[in-house]
Amino acid sequence: MARQQSAPVTKTASQAPRWEMGVSQHRLVGAFATYFMLVIGAVILMIPFFWMLSTSLKTLDEVNTWPITWIPSEWIWQNYIDVFQRIPFARFLMNSIMLATGGIVGSIISCSLPGFGFARLRFPGRSFLFFVMLTTLMMPAWVVIVPHFMMFNTIGWLDTFLPIVVPSFFGNAFYIFLFRQYFLGIPKELEDAARVDGCSTFRIFWQIFLPMSLPVIATVAVFAFFYYWNDLLYPLVYFRSQHNFPVSLGMRMFQTAEFNVIHYPRMMAAALMSLIPCILVFSFAQRLFIQGVVITGVEK
Amino acid sequence: MYLPKTKMARREAIEGLLFILPWLVGYLIFRLGPLLASFYLSFTNYGGTGTPKWIGVGNYGYMFSEDPRFWDSVRSTLTFVVGFLPLSLVIGLGIALLMNQKVRGILLFRGIYYLPAVTTGVAVALLWQFVFHKQYGVLSGILGWFGVPQIGWLVDPNVVMYAFILMALWGIGGTMIVYLAGLQAIPSELYEAATIDGANSLQRFWTVTLPLLTPVIFFNLVTGLIAAFQIFENAYIMTGGGPNYATYFFGLNIYFTAFRSLRFGYASTIAYILFVLIAALTLFVMGTSRRWVYYAGEKE
Repeated sequence: MARQQSAPVTKTASQAPRWEMGVSQHRLVGAFATYFMLVIGAVILMIPFFWMLSTSLKTLDEVNTWPITWIPSEWIWQNYIDVFQRIPFARFLMNSIMLATGGIVGSIISCSLPGFGFARLRFPGRSFLFFVMLTTLMMPAWVVIVPHFMMFNTIGWLDTFLPIVVPSFFGNAFYIFLFRQYFLGIPKELEDAARVDGCSTFRIFWQIFLPMSLPVIATVAVFAFFYYWNDLLYPLVYFRSQHNFPVSLGMRMFQTAEFNVIHYPRMMAAALMSLIPCILVFSFAQRLFIQGVVITGVEK
Repeated sequence: MYLPKTKMARREAIEGLLFILPWLVGYLIFRLGPLLASFYLSFTNYGGTGTPKWIGVGNYGYMFSEDPRFWDSVRSTLTFVVGFLPLSLVIGLGIALLMNQKVRGILLFRGIYYLPAVTTGVAVALLWQFVFHKQYGVLSGILGWFGVPQIGWLVDPNVVMYAFILMALWGIGGTMIVYLAGLQAIPSELYEAATIDGANSLQRFWTVTLPLLTPVIFFNLVTGLIAAFQIFENAYIMTGGGPNYATYFFGLNIYFTAFRSLRFGYASTIAYILFVLIAALTLFVMGTSRRWVYYAGEKE
């Protein structure tokens, strides 16, 4: 459905003979106006990214000047090296990678199984439980964070990765929903044939459904990556020692002023580096992202 | 309720429950349990050590009648939601309509417009902190071309909310992409039929596009509502709730009350009010949906 790139409006325009301008002329003007607006919008949206890049290469003196400069007069790559020398940025990156990996693995395992159960197996209370699951989507993290904190404090998990990674192995409503929608679309005949051959339900899931579900697995992986990479709240609440900080938390160290000045070039260099994995994943997986959105937003 | 009759059906039911077990256990431990716990805590005084002290509705009374910070949260959060949500719904649709045109390079544009929506978190908040810098920020620089004096975007209590709305609108790509998926799902025959009936493009928009898009508008409204009420990171990084509590959103209030002041009982009270507020508004919007959301195949 998402591939249906045809634009109905322009298509029908060619069938309306009453317009004063010729069809092609009208189209040309329309396309030009569309381009014009899209380009303006794109430029505006890209300004902050450009500003980040430009600032990250400036000297502190050039940052603190008026009028502002767009292109650094001198390109200070040293700012990027400073990031690693001023704070344990490599360590932070490593921590973020570990958290994201754990979160992705946990999410895929713990969401594909319930997704299959909800889509393919009949059991008492299925639709009720599915409804209950969906209601958790509107439950703010705020209403459970204090009990979570107390719970993890009691079992001595604070200041470890466990309070973030372990819950990812216990399902997430949104990802389960994605899996379920995908599994619903796989033809029943495949399942029936396997059953006739004596396949157990788990083998059907493991050897037939999962291999067919690479797109949705990838979609969930991408969503989970972005979530665990960017999350601030839980690391903020659970981590105490600096050596556990992920990038999101560690970068904040640049907000502390040295000699009453915030070093914006270094701050922007760190921010930019922390965004690079996101931008890379996004450019390779844009379609998966959109697919995930389409499943939730349009197919009910 | 479904009751499995045969031996095979019973087996399937047990397997089904086993498949959803990761989620079910997670729901009990990480959702339902904490939800009940924080409900209990909201009636207590608890500093993190010893046992919570039951004080009845004391926290609620204090919150409504004596705590100015609570009303700061109500005011700032509602202002943000009311200021941001309608704009995002309208502008998002506008951009999606442009994107739905068949012009060259549309995929590139889609990526550019969607990218800010997926790059979130601390890096982006740090970036915007510098975009909004009063003297040396890029926004002041651009406005300076037009002779606008420097504005203290993040330090003036009267304008800080505009800054937050502007920043949130930068991430409008998420709304846009859902609209776009909805637009592409509208069958082109409907436009052709409307054209034959003599409808111009504006009439086609009102009679075909908009009604068929109502489920998507509904989705964007509900998800946008739930997300906007929980705004936290940007304010935590950029303003810390200031200036003068103008951005002391619910999230910040709960975080500071729980993890800075260690008033876990009272933090749970505020969190519960936020939860009830979100749930009530969501249910209200869902309740009105019968009147304005069109679901194909439901009526007639």
